[in-house]
Amino acid sequence: MHYYNEEDLTRFGEIGKARPDLFEKFMAWYQACQEDGALSKREKALIGLAVSVVVQCPYCIDAYTQSSLENGSNIEQMTEAMHLASAIRGGASLIHGIQSHNAHDKISM
Amino acid sequence: MIKSLPIIEQESPARAAVGFDEKLARHNLELRAASVDVLQVNVGKLCNQACKHCHVDASPKRTEIMSVETAEQILATVRRFKIPTLDITGGAPELNASFRRLVSESRAAGTRVIVRHNLTVMFEPGQADLPEFFRDNRVEVVSSLPYFLQAQTDAQRGQGVFDKSIEALRRLNSVGYGTEDGLVLNLVYNPTGAFLPAAQTALEADFKREMKTRYDVLFNNLFTITNMPIKRFLGYLRRSGNEERYMQKLLDAFNPATVENLMCRNLISVDWTGKLYDCDFNQMLDLSVEENMPQIIAEFNPEKLNDRRIVTGAHCFGCTAGGGSSCGGAVADYSSFHLDVTS
Repeated sequence: MHYYNEEDLTRFGEIGKARPDLFEKFMAWYQACQEDGALSKREKALIGLAVSVVVQCPYCIDAYTQSSLENGSNIEQMTEAMHLASAIRGGASLIHGIQSHNAHDKISM
Repeated sequence: MIKSLPIIEQESPARAAVGFDEKLARHNLELRAASVDVLQVNVGKLCNQACKHCHVDASPKRTEIMSVETAEQILATVRRFKIPTLDITGGAPELNASFRRLVSESRAAGTRVIVRHNLTVMFEPGQADLPEFFRDNRVEVVSSLPYFLQAQTDAQRGQGVFDKSIEALRRLNSVGYGTEDGLVLNLVYNPTGAFLPAAQTALEADFKREMKTRYDVLFNNLFTITNMPIKRFLGYLRRSGNEERYMQKLLDAFNPATVENLMCRNLISVDWTGKLYDCDFNQMLDLSVEENMPQIIAEFNPEKLNDRRIVTGAHCFGCTAGGGSSCGGAVADYSSFHLDVTS
């Protein structure tokens, strides 16, 4: 028993049952973002994978793992992308340590 | 290097939510042959490798191999009907005693010859001169290399295959393959798992860059081929719980633009006994050409076969997904593919 169901990814369209106009706008935007542009589909799939890991979305992780492979990336490249995103997330936490230092200095002699 | 896998007996075929012919009909399409430009001959299931995805289920343990008499019938057909292209596959076709005669006699008859060469067979006894034999006969060499890295290649084709493949490619380069006009060396990429291949043009650029910089290897073209849900790959899909999702992926990725250029429209496949099929995949599923057509090579008649209806099954979705797939790689512009949600 687990909270997330893999099959729910294929049911994503059901969100559009209520306020389909908003869902259609979202889908048009979402799909446009995936296409080749100044960045290649492969680069976008790797960005998508890295973001998926950081936002910890299991559906997105499944989808962008597959998408990365189907756009020619390999597990080393995918892992590097995930490390970078995770390192930024770690750094984003650690930089707040300066807040602590500032607070410490303010109340310390 | 050789790790034998159990021989896959005829199992229940892969199933899709929609039949292939029904899917074609929804797009007002029908699959019929156009011509017989290519005679693709599978000379047997004997191979020095036992790849995990092999649709032939080939291995060193297989004993099904074309006889000299059947090979002579192939040659007689090539000569009589001036077959434009002979495409020789297996197993490892070089292990058939009639292989070199098939090649040299067909070339002498003016036929273009393609050999599906697995690279490592070059290191088997009596095969060291294959690069020179290929060169002297101006054979087009097509070789599988699922990825430009060792881990992915060995995972699919067996431990040690990658290093031997690189050495074999260097030997082919050294006699002019991939570097001289008329000595064509094409590589085949197929996914190392339950996913579709990347766009052929993009992946070819990656392979060319990586093969040159990492290994100093040159080649002409990269063919991307989709893994067919039959035999060993179907077994993998079932064992790994991926069958349903993979079949749905193939169905969702159906691209009607591929149908016109499907390889079955201009080839006839011949098995090691001389029976005729619409393609090598149908051959492995024992789906022979439709009943009212010539059934064996001795009855070969291009006029009758030219307009035959192609026998189909759920596996055919493998050839119509995304950019499509054939023994010559993708068959449609990848940009012509849009996710089909009408299935």
